[in-house]
Amino acid sequence: MSEENRALLTGKHFLSGDLACAEGALAAGCRFFAGYPITPATEIAERMARRLPQIGATYIQMEDEIASIAAVIGASYAGLKAMTATSGPGFSLMQENIGLAVMTETPCVVVDVMRGGPSTGQPTMASQQDVMQAKWGSHGDYEIIALTPSSVQEAFDLTIEAFNYAETYRVPVMIMMDAIVGHMWEKVIIPSADNIRLIDRKKPSVPLNEYMPFKPEQNLVPPMAIFGEGYRFHATGLTHEEDGRPRTESIRVQRKLVQRLCDKIRKNSDKIVQTKEIMMENAEIAVVAYGIESRAALSAVRKARAEGIKAGLLRLVTLWPFPEKNVAEIAKNVRAIVVPEMNYGQLVREIERAAKATTVRFLPKLGEEPHRPEEILEAIKGGNL
Amino acid sequence: MQTEIAHPFDVYLRETGMHNIWCPGCGNGILLNSFVTALKELDFDLDKIVVVSGIGCIGRIAGYINADSFHTTHGRPIPFATGVKLANPELKVVVISGDGDLFAIGGNHFIHAARRNVDIKVICANNFNYGMTGGQQGPTTPLNVSTVTTPYGNIEHPFNLIHLAAGSGAVYVARWTTLHVRRLTESIKKALQKEGFSFIEVIAQCPEIYGKSAKMGNAIDFMNWFKKASEVQNFSDPAKAEITPERIPVGEFVDTEKPTFEKLLREKIVQVENKTRGGT
Repeated sequence: MSEENRALLTGKHFLSGDLACAEGALAAGCRFFAGYPITPATEIAERMARRLPQIGATYIQMEDEIASIAAVIGASYAGLKAMTATSGPGFSLMQENIGLAVMTETPCVVVDVMRGGPSTGQPTMASQQDVMQAKWGSHGDYEIIALTPSSVQEAFDLTIEAFNYAETYRVPVMIMMDAIVGHMWEKVIIPSADNIRLIDRKKPSVPLNEYMPFKPEQNLVPPMAIFGEGYRFHATGLTHEEDGRPRTESIRVQRKLVQRLCDKIRKNSDKIVQTKEIMMENAEIAVVAYGIESRAALSAVRKARAEGIKAGLLRLVTLWPFPEKNVAEIAKNVRAIVVPEMNYGQLVREIERAAKATTVRFLPKLGEEPHRPEEILEAIKGGNL
Repeated sequence: MQTEIAHPFDVYLRETGMHNIWCPGCGNGILLNSFVTALKELDFDLDKIVVVSGIGCIGRIAGYINADSFHTTHGRPIPFATGVKLANPELKVVVISGDGDLFAIGGNHFIHAARRNVDIKVICANNFNYGMTGGQQGPTTPLNVSTVTTPYGNIEHPFNLIHLAAGSGAVYVARWTTLHVRRLTESIKKALQKEGFSFIEVIAQCPEIYGKSAKMGNAIDFMNWFKKASEVQNFSDPAKAEITPERIPVGEFVDTEKPTFEKLLREKIVQVENKTRGGT
């Protein structure tokens, strides 16, 4: 078998979310993985440790998560598609270098299989407690992209998309997967190479000595040279000019750079944001949910419809940039929005903001279990009053 | 009539108007000079070298060298460099950073990269303090010395970096002061040509910050101290290489061979690929 064929296991499989995520990375062309063992994300590292050498690629277990993300940034600058995977405590350790990846516009993918926090919390138990950290965990103003799968198939599909977004926008992309999806086993169909769309970072088209590593094109994203090609460029976590020179004292450069880093995501958000509307036509009550909660929500919506209640589901696939327009749009047409989350109130803040005057009924849940459909159904009915 | 003559080092330094942030008398310039001289004497291909630095005064060196370069977060140049090297083993990857960056906040990365024997070169400018933030005590500050955060004298024992590097598994370990320019340059050349994790400690004067708080005097006073206290002790016991006011053991301490991480990884990949091809 060729390297390509060994990387892409086209066919039907029975996999967990973690394993599907690893296979999605390989299908996307990921050829470098650096990580550190942590429950419930370890299976991703284990799969990569077994699979990457089979296709001539590199797996390394680093000394901690700080080193893991640093190595991923280095590998990306040396030209490889690179990924790391972790859970809450490791995600916390990675935050500073996620900021470095943002500042140096490094394409990379970071998977966070969410367990119960804060601190060591409940390592083997699921949560959706890191969804705000994905956006705000590092210091300074910035934007990233975060996707959240609700099935094992989607763990595979979205990992490919995560690499595509990372390469398109030169930004770290997070996969925020609750540990239930991470550990759940389901059927996965891995398509043939012809049916997978892959995007690679845009290369510079200027002569070697004219290249400016942070000079954007129309879409606000700069083409990316890699080390060893002769461009001899400099990148730094300091505020910098388009040519890479540090400018720690210029107000103008700080504004221009930080605005662009945010705007390249904000102004392209229509191209990035994905949501799924289910039974939303003529809905009077909407459930907005993501990850495993969206599956309980779907069951609740079906039960409600069976009872004659006009309920629908807006499932968020993209968490960041927040699907503001999509939520605002449905908020105009429904009387109430029900938001079940496996945390004590995180993404609901964004939903409330987008929903404006529309009533938002929040259902928190702490500790492993997602909501039971009946609980969501009850809230749907409550919203009907 | 005016004629412009190119400096022989011009090609090695970036021309993008990066201003020099180092104080008058600072030892970092000597280190840069030595590094660039080593590249020139080896006729090194600048397109095939990546210079990585961390945070601190010496951290700016990556920006000054006319090669691909990356200025990481504080303490993280070694894992970044590890990623670069493993992603493209054809590149020569050099980390140049400070004692605080490499041995306080980044200490864990240093020992593990040395243990794995990743083929990267680490050059540490040791100035005994955190210069950029104004002269705080660090992991190499000698006992009893006054700094802005040890106003009553330092009560922490400093690292003997030579012993640490040797004990962690580095295949090449050397220490020179900025007075030993020719020997430092030779060591850099040797490290660049050697396979495996190589470490060079450069004792660099910091007259403006450390020199004042520790009452060490100006750059010339530092040089006189280096001259008086340095003892060339090639391949002597790294455990006995600690620096005291009276004695700075310098020289090459380790020069050995051990398979690199990359070599073992490639061998493993060939085995696994053959097995995978033959099997399923």
